[in-house]
Amino acid sequence: MTKSSKADFKSRFVLERQDFQCLLDALNGQGYRLIAPTPRDGAVVYDEIAAVSDLPIGLTDEQERGTYRLKDGDPGRLFGCGLGPHSWKKFLYPAELRLWNAHANGSLAITPDDHHPERLALIGVRACELGALRVLDRVLSGGQYHDTVYEAQRDHLFIVAVNCGRAGNTCFCASMNTGPRAESGFDLALTEILEPERHYFVVEVGSEAGQRLFDGVPHQSALEADVQKATTIIETTATHMGRHLDTTGIKDLLYANFENSEWDEVAARCLTCGNCTLVCPTCFCTTVEDVAELTGASAQRIRRWDSCFTMDFSYVVGGHVRASARSRYRQWLTHKLAAWIDQFGSSGCVGCGRCITWCPVGIDLTEEAKTIRAHSQPKPETKSRKKIHHENT
Amino acid sequence: MSTLDFVTVPVNVSDPMIPRVYRVLRTRWNTGDTFSLELVPQEGGDIPAFEPGQFNMVYIYGVGEIPISISGDPARRDLLIHTTRAVGTVTHSMSKLNVDDTLGVRGPFGSAWPVELGRGKDIVIVAGGIGLAPLRPAMYRILANREQYGRVVLLYGARTPADVLYRKELEQWRSQFDLDVFVTVDRATGNWRGSVGLVTQLIGRAPFDPLNSMAIVCGPELMMRFTTMELMKRGISGNNIYISLERNMKCGIGLCGHCQLGSVFVCKDGPVFQHSQVEHLLTRWEL
Amino acid sequence: MKTLETIVAKHPFFDGLQPAYLELITGCAANHVIKAGEFLFREGEEAQQFFVIREGTLKLLVQMPAAGEIILQTIHSGEIVGWSWLFSPYRWHFSGRAATELRVLTFDGACLRQKCDADTGFGYEFMKRFSRIMMERLQATRLQLIDLYQVRE
Repeated sequence: MTKSSKADFKSRFVLERQDFQCLLDALNGQGYRLIAPTPRDGAVVYDEIAAVSDLPIGLTDEQERGTYRLKDGDPGRLFGCGLGPHSWKKFLYPAELRLWNAHANGSLAITPDDHHPERLALIGVRACELGALRVLDRVLSGGQYHDTVYEAQRDHLFIVAVNCGRAGNTCFCASMNTGPRAESGFDLALTEILEPERHYFVVEVGSEAGQRLFDGVPHQSALEADVQKATTIIETTATHMGRHLDTTGIKDLLYANFENSEWDEVAARCLTCGNCTLVCPTCFCTTVEDVAELTGASAQRIRRWDSCFTMDFSYVVGGHVRASARSRYRQWLTHKLAAWIDQFGSSGCVGCGRCITWCPVGIDLTEEAKTIRAHSQPKPETKSRKKIHHENT
Repeated sequence: MSTLDFVTVPVNVSDPMIPRVYRVLRTRWNTGDTFSLELVPQEGGDIPAFEPGQFNMVYIYGVGEIPISISGDPARRDLLIHTTRAVGTVTHSMSKLNVDDTLGVRGPFGSAWPVELGRGKDIVIVAGGIGLAPLRPAMYRILANREQYGRVVLLYGARTPADVLYRKELEQWRSQFDLDVFVTVDRATGNWRGSVGLVTQLIGRAPFDPLNSMAIVCGPELMMRFTTMELMKRGISGNNIYISLERNMKCGIGLCGHCQLGSVFVCKDGPVFQHSQVEHLLTRWEL
Repeated sequence: MKTLETIVAKHPFFDGLQPAYLELITGCAANHVIKAGEFLFREGEEAQQFFVIREGTLKLLVQMPAAGEIILQTIHSGEIVGWSWLFSPYRWHFSGRAATELRVLTFDGACLRQKCDADTGFGYEFMKRFSRIMMERLQATRLQLIDLYQVRE
C-alpha cells in the first residue's frame, strides 16, 4: 500500500480460516516478506513469519498501566492479541540506520550507504497503526525535507489491516479518531469472525494491488449478514475502549498550562526512562552517532532513535535546555498532544495505549491530560500567539 | 507495479544528510578562543548559495557534527567562512585543523536575516559576543546595497576588549561615513578607549528612527531578550525585530526533533525568527 | 547665548518637567567644561554634586593594586552621573575621569536636597527620575555579573 494509492472498493469478501495460508502464500508469491505479530518471550512482537502457525493463535493479552501478559484466549483465534511493544515504525524508520561511511586516507571521503527497500507485507496492522503511518507520512515525507529511506520503504508495503474485535484496557483509538475500524491506507482489511461452527474473515479490498493479490486467493462474496456481523464487532469494540482522552481544545489547554503544578506531580513518578517514546508508533526523534574504527581509518554515521526524555537531547554548549524531569515529561506530552497539531496538522497520538502499558511506573497519559484539564491553571499568553507557518500544514 | 517486479531501486539517505568534503584554505584566530576557517570544496566548484543568517552542519572526521552559522560574504561563491569558538569537542578539533585538512559540510540550512524587508528603513544590527559572526553576512549584503537603506547602525557588545571579533573590519566600518558603529565591552582596564557597559545601553543613544527601522539581533539568548526589550522601549515594533536562536541540532532539516522550541523547529523554521513570533517562547523556562 | 534654563530643559533627564520645577533645578545648576584626562570627581572625596553630561564621555573608574584602573562604565552625552550626594556620608565611591573633553551641567547636591525636602512633589518627581536611572544601571550590572558571553561548561 503506497501512501498515495487511492481506491474505493465497496465490495466485501469472505476468506475462510482454512484459506488464510493461501493469502500468505500469495503474498510470498509476489515477493513479499511476511511480517506479522508473533509471540516471543511472553509478548507479541512484529517479525517475519513463515506460516499462519507463527501467529499468536489462541492467545490474548491482558494490559493495564505498567502491565502486560499473554494468556489463553479464544482457541483458534488468529488476531486475539492486542498491540505489543513493537510498532511497524521499525520497518520503515529503523531504530538504527547507517547513513554513510567516511574514510580518512589523506583526505576525507564520504560514501553514502545504499538502502534497498524490501517488499514487506505487514499483516495484522490495526487501525490505530494505520493512523500512526499517516502521522509518520506527514512528519517524514510531508515537509520541505523528506526521509528518503522511509519513503522508499513506504512504497514497498502491502498492508493487511485487521479490524479490532476487542479493545484493550489501555486502548483509546476511538478518542483519537483513528479506530477501531481501518478506514483507509490498507490493501486488504480483515475482520475476524470466530463462531462455534465457522471461522472466517470479512475482507475489504483497499487498493488495486490488494484486488490483484486477492484475486489469487480462494474467497467468496460476503453476504449482507457477514458484513453486518463484522460491523457489529467493530462497533462493539468502539464502545469498549479501556481509556478515554478528551481532546476538546487540548492544544490550547496544554499551551495554557505550561506552568501547571501537576507537572511536578507526574515528574515525581516519571523515571525519564524513555520507554514511552520507544514504544510509541509516531515518536520520530533520532540522534546521530559517529562511530570511528579503532584504527582510525574509517568512521560511520549511525542514526538511532532518540528520546526527548534524555538530558542530552536538549544539550547546547553550556548545558541542557530541559534539565528537569518535569520539563521533559511536559515536552513529550505537550508535543504529542498539542505542538504536533501546529507542526503537522494532526495529533501525534493515535490512541494505541502502548505508552501506558509499557511505562514501568504506570504513568497514563490519558490520566495526566485529564488531571491537567481538571486542575487547569491557565496562564494566557501576554501577547497574541502568532502561528508560525509550517511547510507541512 | 508489475506483480513480478521484485527488483527494488536502492535509495540513498537524502542529500541534505550527506556531507560534502571541504578543504581548509586558511585558518585564523580572531580572539583568544575564537577562530575562523576559510574553506573550499575539495572537488572544486562553487560553494552552495547561502543567505545571511543560514547555518551549516560541520563534520569533523571521527569527532562529530555541529551546526555553525556562516560568516562569509554571501556574494562570494568561492569561499565558505565559519567563525566559531573553541568550546566543545567538535569546535576544539576544528580549531586544530591545518591548511589542506578536510572536513564535511552539510547545508546551508535554516531561515535568513530578511534584510531585503529593511529596504528604505534604518537598519539596527545588535550583536553580542560570537553573535557578530552570523550577522556579518547580513552586514556584507547591506553594504553591497547600501543605497537601499537609511542609516545603518551596528551595536556590538563583547566581554572584554580582547574578545572583540573582526576588529579590523569593525575599524574599517567605523571609518565609513555611511555607517554608525558602536562597540562596548562589559569590562575593561584603563587603556581601553571605547565604551564600557552592556550592549543594551548603546541602544538608547544610537541614531536611528524607531518608527522606520528594522533590527536584527544575535547573541546569547538572554542578551537578545534584554536587547529586544530595549529596542521596543525605543519604539521599534516586535514585527521589525529579528533574532537568531540556538538549540541542539542533529539533522538540520527538521526531522530529528532535537531543536524543538514549543511548536517551532529552530533548524528549519529558524534559526532567524521575527521576534514577535517567538517572544512568548523565550520566557518559558526549560521549553 | 542659550540660557542655563534652556540647556537644562533640553536634556533628556529633565524632559517634560514642569516649568516651576525646571526653575528650581536651574537654580542649583552650573555649566562646566572638563578637559580630556581630567578627573570630574575622585573616589573618597566629598560628593556634593551630580552631573549631566551634555557632550563627551566620562569613564567611571576604580583602581585596584596590581590590576590598575578598571573601567566600570562609560557615561555618554545625554546621561547623568553621581548619586553619592543623595545619602550620607556623601562620599564618591568611584572616580570619574573625562575620556574626551566634557561639557557638563553640575548640580549642587546640598541645594537640591534642601529643595526636595521643602517641596515633596518636586522631590518625588526628582527621585522618580533618579531611581529609573539607578534601576537601569542595576539591571545592566546584573547582566554584566552573569557574564553573558562567557561559556559555562
